[in-house]
Amino acid sequence: MSLQVTDLRVYYRTLAGDVKALDGATFAIADKEIMGLAGESGCGKSTLGNSLIRLDGRMKYVAGSVNLDGNELPIWDKTGMNQFRFRDVSVIPQYAMSAMNPTRKIGTMTAELLESRGDSFKEIKPELLRRIDLVGLERDVLNRYPMELSGGMKQRMVMVISTLLDPSLLIADEITSALDVSTQRAVAETLVSFRDYGFVKSMIVITHDVSILYQIADTIMIMYAGKLAEKAPTATIINKPLHPYTRMLVSSLPEVGVRYKDKKLSGIPGSPPSLLKPPTGCRFRARCPLAFDKCTDEPPFVQVDTDHWVACWKATGTDA
Amino acid sequence: MLSLNKVSKVYKVGTFGGKELTAVRDVSFDVNTGEVVSLIGESGSGKTTIGKMVLKLIDISRGSITLDGADVSDIRGSDVKSYYGHVQGVFQDPFSSYNPIFKADRVFSLIRSEYFAHVAASEWSDKVDAVLRSVTLDPGQVLNKFPHQLSGGQLQRLLVARALLLDLKILVADEIISMLDASTRIDVLNLLAELKGRGLGILFITHDLSLGNYISEKTVILRRGSVVEMGATDKVFGNPTHPYTRMLVSSVPQLHKKWADIEAELGAPIAGRGGCLFHEAFPLVGQSGLYLPDDPTMVEIEDDHFVGCFDLESEKAPALVA
Repeated sequence: MSLQVTDLRVYYRTLAGDVKALDGATFAIADKEIMGLAGESGCGKSTLGNSLIRLDGRMKYVAGSVNLDGNELPIWDKTGMNQFRFRDVSVIPQYAMSAMNPTRKIGTMTAELLESRGDSFKEIKPELLRRIDLVGLERDVLNRYPMELSGGMKQRMVMVISTLLDPSLLIADEITSALDVSTQRAVAETLVSFRDYGFVKSMIVITHDVSILYQIADTIMIMYAGKLAEKAPTATIINKPLHPYTRMLVSSLPEVGVRYKDKKLSGIPGSPPSLLKPPTGCRFRARCPLAFDKCTDEPPFVQVDTDHWVACWKATGTDA
Repeated sequence: MLSLNKVSKVYKVGTFGGKELTAVRDVSFDVNTGEVVSLIGESGSGKTTIGKMVLKLIDISRGSITLDGADVSDIRGSDVKSYYGHVQGVFQDPFSSYNPIFKADRVFSLIRSEYFAHVAASEWSDKVDAVLRSVTLDPGQVLNKFPHQLSGGQLQRLLVARALLLDLKILVADEIISMLDASTRIDVLNLLAELKGRGLGILFITHDLSLGNYISEKTVILRRGSVVEMGATDKVFGNPTHPYTRMLVSSVPQLHKKWADIEAELGAPIAGRGGCLFHEAFPLVGQSGLYLPDDPTMVEIEDDHFVGCFDLESEKAPALVA
């Protein structure tokens, strides 16, 4: 077990009160597992990703624990996390286009980054060049400025830098969203190859695009309104989801081959609840076609099969 | 109905405008009544430029655009106003399409003051209510609200409703759902599909092949400003022929097929024989002057399926090899 998150709660502080963006997440990621994290905007998926590496000023750690390879991560402690960042947990930020220092050549910037971690650029350089070759960039990029690279090239360079110290866990937050389809595919396949080469042990890929996850993820976890809805192997989530939200989300995706005149898809009516004062019970209740009396109690996130967890009274069959 | 005839857009770039950059080159296609035409391309392909030219937000460098046979390329003044009575656009970001200082329904009163100044207030509000219902919005929920109080899907539908108040013939929808959530985007997409049933022609600009495939009758694939393949959607997606189209189709993430399977299904690209495949394959070309170097041709490979010629040998080939 690479990562074990237990009852993690992270709220946002606002003048109106706490926004419960992540309200009790318990899950585990195995070694060599690429876990996709999907959901609508505002469901807390980026909050979960960020909280594993760095809580920003607005975020408040409330409860829970994160255990990575047997070490407790002090995620509430900004400076205490420093020894884990990039070595154990690393991140590929959402806007890789602007993640690099525009005033430094990429090589200089990488050297400064490594030295700030107490590593020698000289020792790591051969490995860096090898990885630059692997992602299909020219070695010359180290002598260039970020603005001289295209979006896809910058994205790949950031991926190489983020994983240079072979972190155990890599968090990739919406890294393919702003790219063209052909670049998107190249970047997604690079992620998988990083896992295969052993540069990273396990990965959380955050995206709203479930079809990308189908291509690269081993398991998919669906979040709704700050809570976990379902986690299962990719094929199960796509073909035999149990949670009604997962079912509706997957069936609302148009894909090549589905035509309006043949098969009319439908969206999910309504909108996610405000997380300032989230509803009690199941948070999907108001939009759920299957909701019944029991849904006023909060459904637990329980295991229904090997590697299959779900939080729904109907799916767990407690009262069915 | 709306017809683009060899439309080009050339920008002057460099010091003193010494260099030319062709953003759109000789694009021709039609948008007919009750038809959704999707314009698909990656960033920099010129798809938005075409949308802007149709909406007369920028001038056309060469070629012409006609609406119902009338040339609208160079219209000015009151002609433009009456053109906007028939052709309207909705854009990508619903939040920046509105002035945040005013209430969202101000877009309706602006239409009224410009086009329907003589209509009585009660008649107008009935008209607005009817049009809101037709885009599946509840008037009570969306009227008298500020933009930040409404969701992205509601704002986009309000803009569609605003366009429908006019005697609309063509709607240019430029990436209108790419900023919406997965659960609501399909509803806006279905709305567009319903509009075509009312005789509207829709130019659906997108980078997402699966959306274009879902909704449109006709597909135009753009690359670097030129059309590489166009025709009936099922033919373009069912039998992608141009290497660029094949590359796009094989890169789209799908839900039930892995990338490797799609590639295997499409097979290897047609073997190269140097030069332009279609010009060589077409015996007529060269004899009758069908093909001119300055005037790249589309070849009809089957009924309603056109492919631009291409050079398989050179990797950096422009979309249409001269």
